[in-house]
Amino acid sequence: MAVTVLIPTPLRPFVGGRDTLELEGGSVGELLDRLTGEHAALKPHLFATDGRLRSFVNVYVNDRDIRQLAQRETPVQSGDTVSIIPSIAGGTAVADVLPKLSHEEILRYSRHLILPDVGVEGQQKLKAARVLLVGAGGLGSPAALYLAAAGVGTLGLVDFDVVDKTNLQRQILHGTSTVGVSKLESATARIHDLNPNVRVETFETRLTSENALDIIREFDIVADGTDNFPTRYLVNDACVLLDKPNVYGSIFRFEGQASVFYARQGPCYRCLYSEPPPPGLVPSCAEGGVLGVLPGIIGSIQAMETIKLILGAGQPLIGRLVLFDALKLQFRELKLEKDPDCPVCGAHPTVTELIDYQAFCGIGAEPAYDGAEITAEELRDEWQRNPELVVIDVREPHEHEIAHIDGAVLIPLGELPDRLGELDGHREIVTHCHHGARSLKALEILKAAGFSKVRSLRGGIDAWAVNVDPSLPRY
Amino acid sequence: MTLVLDPRHVAAIRRHGEADYPAEACGLIGGALEGDRKVAVQLVPLMNQRTDSARNRYLIDPESFRRAQEKLERDGLDVIGVYHSHPDHPPAPSAFDREHAWPWLSYVIVGVGHGRAGELKSWVLAHDRGTFDEEPITSEERKVVWQ
Repeated sequence: MAVTVLIPTPLRPFVGGRDTLELEGGSVGELLDRLTGEHAALKPHLFATDGRLRSFVNVYVNDRDIRQLAQRETPVQSGDTVSIIPSIAGGTAVADVLPKLSHEEILRYSRHLILPDVGVEGQQKLKAARVLLVGAGGLGSPAALYLAAAGVGTLGLVDFDVVDKTNLQRQILHGTSTVGVSKLESATARIHDLNPNVRVETFETRLTSENALDIIREFDIVADGTDNFPTRYLVNDACVLLDKPNVYGSIFRFEGQASVFYARQGPCYRCLYSEPPPPGLVPSCAEGGVLGVLPGIIGSIQAMETIKLILGAGQPLIGRLVLFDALKLQFRELKLEKDPDCPVCGAHPTVTELIDYQAFCGIGAEPAYDGAEITAEELRDEWQRNPELVVIDVREPHEHEIAHIDGAVLIPLGELPDRLGELDGHREIVTHCHHGARSLKALEILKAAGFSKVRSLRGGIDAWAVNVDPSLPRY
Repeated sequence: MTLVLDPRHVAAIRRHGEADYPAEACGLIGGALEGDRKVAVQLVPLMNQRTDSARNRYLIDPESFRRAQEKLERDGLDVIGVYHSHPDHPPAPSAFDREHAWPWLSYVIVGVGHGRAGELKSWVLAHDRGTFDEEPITSEERKVVWQ
């Protein structure tokens, strides 16, 4: 009993013009050997000189590619259909386009060069690639390190921050020795130590609607490691307008997400989230905390996807959203559809240039809190004069455990509306939190409930630790 | 062998090259063998599957090839050739084109300089894979017989 082998048009002249052959064999390898044994002129078209199947020759057993089965060892039986399916590749002369590798680079990247999906050409593509990292923080750290180690030729970095000690729990691009130094300076030194072949282009600025197109235009791929919604929408819209892939990652506490937004081939960030959440609903990492390893995982996924896009290897994360739950150690995947009515990448876009993203995300001018805030020193002096003054700590109990102001009453923000009865409206009240944001929300709750003598500690317990009580740890 | 293209095919290949500039455009040519003439009947424009370097590479993956082939076979046609554009390069095959070429198929290349399509040329791989030889293109308006 025989297996049917389907011959594509270009190979028919080598088998007497026939489009099917009946051959005997127990595996794909045996069939191909028999085929080239009987029709020797076919051999150079199917196999490279090293005996391996040429990259553009695809063999299917029934409907499945043998690369996903057991390659040449894939068993076949009577009644199966084996099809030889061409993939067609080509292009302009490449020698003058891709940069050459030095001997040092060949040694450095040897584990890449021996990978069939990378090889010399893939490594040259990495060298020619220009990747922009927006943010040199939690996500940008592993992304920058792995992309630099992998030999991406040019890394652009956008950040305007200075390395702070609280960054070091997760931002492994920086170190204790660079606390107080600009993140870009710290990152450049670390990247050059890892791989001096990488060219680092730095943009010490906040990415804005005014500069985003000019910065992003010069790069092939953008990896978004921002921690706020206005910049995330800005990066998305700029990438759609400039037709660049946007490798997205985000993290919160123990959970992360990643995807590749590339409007030419799939959905963009706005197809997934057309509107930003109301301001204040989603706490930032500074407010909500984040497990330090988490950005290591999500940022590494971003680096991996960036490299796959450069190489054209595998299936990119386009049209898929990966959700990672660190506590369950679980990855889930959602399919994302392109929204035909998407305001930026849909059929009839209404956003055709960059807009005011602060306003879009509902972050207007800060409301006026004139007279409603008090500095740490003022609070200290006033509290000494008036011991009746009540200080309410609206943080969570686990924050209270890290550091607290002696004499302050702990009422977490979420419990405040139900515990108003514990407060005396005739006494002066000062609310405080970590940095002074939640205490303003508490102030609004109290004012709305009729408390008139309420103020909020500007800068929170952090300002208190710096200016009043240095014995307290900062966090 | 000679490749026979209808003037409308030539215009469509040039338009596709211009539309996808500066990326490479690509597609398949469906037709039939008539003696020593490969006669084009239908073009199948395809999406360039390369995400990495679409400016100087094109790829038609096996799934796209298979779908196009099945569609052509329903119309009694075969894949007789491939077309692609060379943005800002002449319509001559590169070494990369030759290494990845299939025998017998006509490889039609259109040069697109600064977004404007220029000359069209067709090439066929020698049976020993050693050279890529130019193949004459004949432009003939196809008579459509209505039944």
